[in-house]
Amino acid sequence: MKITEAEVRYVAALSHLTLTESEFKKLAHDLNEILTYVDKLNELDTSQVEPMAQVLFEAEETATLREDAERTGVSNAEATANAPLAGAGYFKVPKVIER
Amino acid sequence: MKIASLTIGRIREGLLAGEFSAAELTAEALRFAEQENPKTNAYLHFCPDRAMAAARAVDEKIARGEDPGPLAGVPVAVKDVILTRGVRTTCASKLLAHYVPPYDATAVVRLERAGGVILGKTNCDEFAMGSSNENSAFGPVRNPVAPDRVPGGSSGGSAAAVAQGTAVAALGSDTGGSIRQPASFCGVVGVTPTYGRVSRYGLTAFASSLDHIGPFARNVKDAATMLSVIQGRDEMDSTSAFAPAQDYAGVLDAGVDGMRIGLPKEYFAGLASETGDLIQRGVDVLKGLGCQIQEISLPHTEYAIPCYYIICTAEASSNLARYDGVRYTSRSPNSPTLIDMYRNTRGEGFGAECKRRIMLGTYVLSAGYYDAYYLKAQKVRTLIYRDFLRAFEAVDAIIAPVSPFPAFRLGEKVDDPLAMYLSDVYTITGSLAGIPCMSVPCGRTAEGLPVGMQILTRHFAEADMFRLAAAYEKASSFFA
Repeated sequence: MKITEAEVRYVAALSHLTLTESEFKKLAHDLNEILTYVDKLNELDTSQVEPMAQVLFEAEETATLREDAERTGVSNAEATANAPLAGAGYFKVPKVIER
Repeated sequence: MKIASLTIGRIREGLLAGEFSAAELTAEALRFAEQENPKTNAYLHFCPDRAMAAARAVDEKIARGEDPGPLAGVPVAVKDVILTRGVRTTCASKLLAHYVPPYDATAVVRLERAGGVILGKTNCDEFAMGSSNENSAFGPVRNPVAPDRVPGGSSGGSAAAVAQGTAVAALGSDTGGSIRQPASFCGVVGVTPTYGRVSRYGLTAFASSLDHIGPFARNVKDAATMLSVIQGRDEMDSTSAFAPAQDYAGVLDAGVDGMRIGLPKEYFAGLASETGDLIQRGVDVLKGLGCQIQEISLPHTEYAIPCYYIICTAEASSNLARYDGVRYTSRSPNSPTLIDMYRNTRGEGFGAECKRRIMLGTYVLSAGYYDAYYLKAQKVRTLIYRDFLRAFEAVDAIIAPVSPFPAFRLGEKVDDPLAMYLSDVYTITGSLAGIPCMSVPCGRTAEGLPVGMQILTRHFAEADMFRLAAAYEKASSFFA
């Protein structure tokens, strides 16, 4: 087993996912299969290889920075328009501080 | 007016000659698309008001004697992971079923500025995660060529709309093959440009180091025109490249005599025999055009899938954290605390494939596993990247399959995620290396299923890629 059921439950909590018992079962099976497969990477000696986060192209270090000039952004009304619960210009969520 | 056989060039001709107006064309295109859509489920929704407004703007420009732009009046479909201001953008997810973006993606702005008319938003795998379009919360797409089969994924709706003729061109997104594979399954042209060539501002992020926007069309010239319009530096996307814009449609007739073509030996071992034969025949056509064919090696190919599925799930787990029931998505009721609300919203809202990838990505990034999985995959990515740089010292282009097999049946692979991942083997390598790649039709199997041939070139050498594709298109007869 690459990943135990307890670990699957731990990762689900980290991922903020409520899962059903059958989902836990299926995911434990799938993750085990996938993690066993990706172990293939250990066939390669990469001790002398630099990691690569993304493809980079030649450019000045600050080339992607734009002028620090004021510009119109998304309005408060537009930004909150898709929220399931909003009011007074804020996103509303369940209470987080008990009195 | 036969919408299904129009090209960008033909539309321009008709508009400028006064044969039809953009408004007439758009009204007919919308009618035809809405009529045909139940056969494939390619579109999730249409945006007739926006389309008609864009069409009228084109007509007004023509009336004033102005150039209406390279995409004047062209009916275009846009994958529903690309934001359209005021037009619902669902990412084919239950979570975003009612999401209406407050701004347009840069590619959308550029399409419309060039005269393009967006008819509607196309179906796809949820958050672009999948290879069959079966992971959509709003039902699968059927392949217009063979309705019992998948159109490929994740941009299945965009490919199907273009193949079905309900759009002349379309935008898709490609992270590990999501443009090329559906293009191949549906028998159309699909282009993944160089990483950074097209701005991703307004593309819903899946795996940021791999995400691309690119076009679908029924012929090479139309695809080249589409990319010419949407390409270029955008200050709203700091990863967009500074490479000078090119007119790809202008290089198509330059010929390919003497072009050096590599066939990676690692790519031709596990192919379905008919797929292999059709690609070999394509290579013979290129040989006949004067290309010099040679075998090459991309030795780390077999590590591409494990490398990709670590990197893309890691990035996805981070990017999808924002769908939490606070700002964009629906919210699960009956959740007394904030944490319950997050967890229930996400648990009820995400489909199985998204959950699987979030879980895998969270695991490979979690304490104690980061070095073993994520860092290791990033190092292997370097090796795959170097394979291509080395290959392109000896050749100008690489020819490869797109998929090991043609379109499979709906439901055939849905219960076996690993088998589904393995089908991405030939497209993932180019994605990891960030090089331009495209799928062009290269014939059909005995059953009539389209097969695509993949062309890959150096970073920013899209012009070479299109030139080769156009020469091939002219010498073959597989294009619509």
